[in-house]
Amino acid sequence: MLLDVKNIHKTYQTADGPFEVLRGVDLRLGEGETLALTGESGSGKSTLLHLIGGLDMPDRGAIVINGHDIAGADDAARAAIRRGSVGVVFQQFNLIPSLTVADNIAFQARLADKYDPQWSEALAGTMGLADHLRKYPEQLSGGQQQRVAIARTLAPKPALVLADEPTGNLDEDTARVVMDLMLDLAADTGAGLLMVTHSQALAGRLGRRLHLKAGRIA
Amino acid sequence: MTRAVLTALMSHWWRNPLQLFTLLAGLALATALWSGVQAVNAEARASYDAAAATLGEGQYDRFVRRDGLPMDEQVFVEMRRAGWLVSPVVQGRLDGIRIVGVEPLTAPVGLGPVSLGQDNDLAGFLGGDTPFFANADTAAGLSGVDVVISENVAPNTAIADIGAAQRLLDKTGVIDALIILPGQPIGQRAQAEVAPDLVRQVAQGGSDIGRLTDSFHLNLTAFGLLSFAVGIFIVHGAIGLAFEQRRPVVRTLRALGVPLSRLVWLMAVELLLFALLAGIIGVALGYLVAALLLPDVAATLRGLYGADVAGTLQLRPSWWLSGLAIAVGGTAVAASGALAQLSRMPLLAAAQPRALAMAAGRRAKVQGGLALLLLSASLVLMVTADGLVGGFALLGTLLIGAALGLPLILDRLLAVFSTRAKGPVLGWFWADTRQQLPGLSLALMALLLAMAANVGVSTMVSSFRLTFVGFLDQRLASELYIRTEDTAQSDALIAFAEERVDAILPIQSADVTLGGQPAEVFSARDHATYRDNWRFLQSTSDAWDQTFSGQAIVINEQLARRADIALDQVLTLQSRAFTVVGIYGDYGNPIGQAVIAEPVFEALYPEVEAQNFGLRMDPADVENFLSALEAATGIAPTQAVDQAGIKAISLEIFERTFTVTTALNILTLAVAGFAILMSLLTLATMRVPQLAPAWAMGLTRRQLGRIELARAVMLACLTALVALPLGLALAWALLAVVNVAAFGWRLPMYLFPADYLRLAVFALLAAALAAAWPALRLARTPPADLLKVFSNER
Ligand SMILES: Nc1ncnc2c1ncn2[C@@H]1O[C@H](COP(=O)(O)OP(=O)(O)OP(=O)(O)O)[C@@H](O)[C@H]1O
Ligand SMILES: [Mg+2]
Repeated sequence: MLLDVKNIHKTYQTADGPFEVLRGVDLRLGEGETLALTGESGSGKSTLLHLIGGLDMPDRGAIVINGHDIAGADDAARAAIRRGSVGVVFQQFNLIPSLTVADNIAFQARLADKYDPQWSEALAGTMGLADHLRKYPEQLSGGQQQRVAIARTLAPKPALVLADEPTGNLDEDTARVVMDLMLDLAADTGAGLLMVTHSQALAGRLGRRLHLKAGRIA
Repeated sequence: MTRAVLTALMSHWWRNPLQLFTLLAGLALATALWSGVQAVNAEARASYDAAAATLGEGQYDRFVRRDGLPMDEQVFVEMRRAGWLVSPVVQGRLDGIRIVGVEPLTAPVGLGPVSLGQDNDLAGFLGGDTPFFANADTAAGLSGVDVVISENVAPNTAIADIGAAQRLLDKTGVIDALIILPGQPIGQRAQAEVAPDLVRQVAQGGSDIGRLTDSFHLNLTAFGLLSFAVGIFIVHGAIGLAFEQRRPVVRTLRALGVPLSRLVWLMAVELLLFALLAGIIGVALGYLVAALLLPDVAATLRGLYGADVAGTLQLRPSWWLSGLAIAVGGTAVAASGALAQLSRMPLLAAAQPRALAMAAGRRAKVQGGLALLLLSASLVLMVTADGLVGGFALLGTLLIGAALGLPLILDRLLAVFSTRAKGPVLGWFWADTRQQLPGLSLALMALLLAMAANVGVSTMVSSFRLTFVGFLDQRLASELYIRTEDTAQSDALIAFAEERVDAILPIQSADVTLGGQPAEVFSARDHATYRDNWRFLQSTSDAWDQTFSGQAIVINEQLARRADIALDQVLTLQSRAFTVVGIYGDYGNPIGQAVIAEPVFEALYPEVEAQNFGLRMDPADVENFLSALEAATGIAPTQAVDQAGIKAISLEIFERTFTVTTALNILTLAVAGFAILMSLLTLATMRVPQLAPAWAMGLTRRQLGRIELARAVMLACLTALVALPLGLALAWALLAVVNVAAFGWRLPMYLFPADYLRLAVFALLAAALAAAWPALRLARTPPADLLKVFSNER
């Protein structure tokens, strides 16, 4: 099993006291599988994704990726998982403003020592970024930046791709193209894909669909 | 991975060269300020020590021949046999270089090459090959002799064993002077019997001048401390901004899988490399500044010792070390705080602003608490501190407490203004200023310290000058001072002078114990000189009348402080009671002193004979009088002390001290101004999102630029208001605590409002200049940049 999430709990401390967002979430995803995660705004989708990506720690439960439980791991181990096997497309683009588009795309692959220039170039081409490789992120539109972020995530060929509304900033046509690309790439590389989306249409194109409500999978 | 991360980190600087420049410039300037002040200080001290050590002038009395010619070596042997502790000196010039020969075995400790023994081989000096010692410049001009390079030797001077110097100078068998060591044994045969043609030459720089140089150094040391504080704040500000700017990148890097530890490590190495680079630039800059200032210092010391003092600077390894230490150490301290904060920051964006605000709030609270603590400590120290450590602790708590408290004070003030503000623009202005305060606070702290240092040090120096000039007038009231060698000369002098001068004031003293303290008691002849010139710190209305009547005594401040003696207290001398009727300021002397009437003194100490005489006369007659005196009595002009000369030298020192401190003041202000510029420039990019809404709502970019300028000047104004009392408190601490601890007397404090006003104008100017460029850039921000704020959610 690529990803096995077991009984995850997460509580935020706020000014008005503790606020429990996730109350025992279970979720499994195999290699090559695609899964849509839906739910109301504020239901905890991003929170769950961040936990799976090792960006935050759950209060309780286990998150096993390729046999490693990252829920209890330290910063270095979680960073290694992020570098090596998990790619996250964030809700915010999180590009490095001082690097060119080409360098941004190559960056994570270089971190993981999996840089393949041809693959990166091909990705840029299919994402429609070939003409923008020497530009800096601030010179791109929101949709273009999102495509750079996606290409960057896919460049090291991660085993698991986590995407938080990757097409939220894109017009319908572009969104469809990007979606096609991500599904193709997942199929090509055998990666698992977990995607948060509000769009029923997009959710329908993925293999499975889970709905998050009141802190659990409904 | 490391390479990828490094490229990402470095790419930030290449894309934002201005930020890199401000970081490096901030570090370099802080280092320059510190090392410049240190360099001036160290060089002054080194020159002073070298001059004093090499020549022994200003330290020791010496015997020379009445006619100024060299004497036979044999005189030295005879004097030693007669029980005199003397050491021979031969000197002369060769190709413009001053050659000094001393006799290492009998020379006073610390004189000449003996003091070089630490880094040179004394045995070599004593041995057969007898090299010359000189600094590198001088050594280059010496040919035909072995030269050992030592930077402890005064410039343009070479020292050697007396035999070698005699050979080189063609003075075999003769010497020029005998240095008289302190602490001569009793029972030695009178010098007049042993070597009648010698006269004693009084040490040139008396204790008065020694004290003056000390105060000069204390001054510079205090300034060094202040510049250190300013430098630390600037380094802190520069590093803080460097982290602030890269916070988002760091977060992204971590999200992409760079472990925190690696990131922290790489950033630390990166910053240390920058610190090293900036440190080197800074030391070089500081060296330049010091070289520009140093001719003044050198002139001061040349005036003091009549000795050659290098007007150029040597690059001493100690500055490099201390300069690099402040750059690297300051960076390490500042960066470790910033790195620790960074590693505590949650990785996720959502948590960021809230956590940041909370952390900032906590920091502000801690900082406020610390400021309060330090300022209360300084209040306690103001009352209790005595001793140098206490004095410097007071300076430290005052400075750091006030600096840490500044953002809080400004924030409160701005809050008050913003509730009073009428109209939306003004309301926004105050609120926005408040919001910007944290980003600017370090630069403002630096400005505060720079201004306070200015006020403090210039108040101290000016007060010192006023007091000291008054004191010199009092103590050197007589136009001429003559020292006689024996009773016969004294009688001859009195007989000769009686008809020719307005008054003869014999100066005689005895070592006594007063109030449990060692002290000297002096006799005073009933004369207007005392009434006219001596100023008391505390006295009864008819202090001199009472003293001359024989019932009373006046004492100096040092004695009053050390023995805790107040007016009207009774002191006994030889079991005779005297009432203390006056306490006078005494700024040229480390030990206790007292004055009683001449007849009483003679009755109590009949064995003391006056050998020093003050002569009151028309200053124009001094020269004629001296030559007539020599013709009639054989008293040589070398036995006279030229008081006008001493006064002139003293005043000269103050003028130089003044020039140097003024220059340092301006430098510090300029650096603080630069810190403001840096902060504003770095803040400018972060400002765009904050200013965009105001622009969108109808303020023109030009208006926004003007508002930014006004803001900087307004903040500088408020800072100046805080700086003035802080500076005065600093001056007070320097004068009333540090000075008392260092020299035993308290200097009266004078205020110089015109100086403060000028300083405030300078500071505002610096702030306005610093803000001008960022404001201009803002006024020219392309609308596209402002629009981006709305099109991209950031
Ligand atoms: N750092 C935090 N501290 C406290 N509460 C938080 C924090 N981050 C998120 N929350 C709260 O947790 C809940 C879930 O947030 P999350 O971002 O996971 O929602 P989401 O499902 O992704 O919403 P959306 O569809 O709008 O992106 C929200 O109510 C949010 O207010
Ligand atoms: Mg979300």
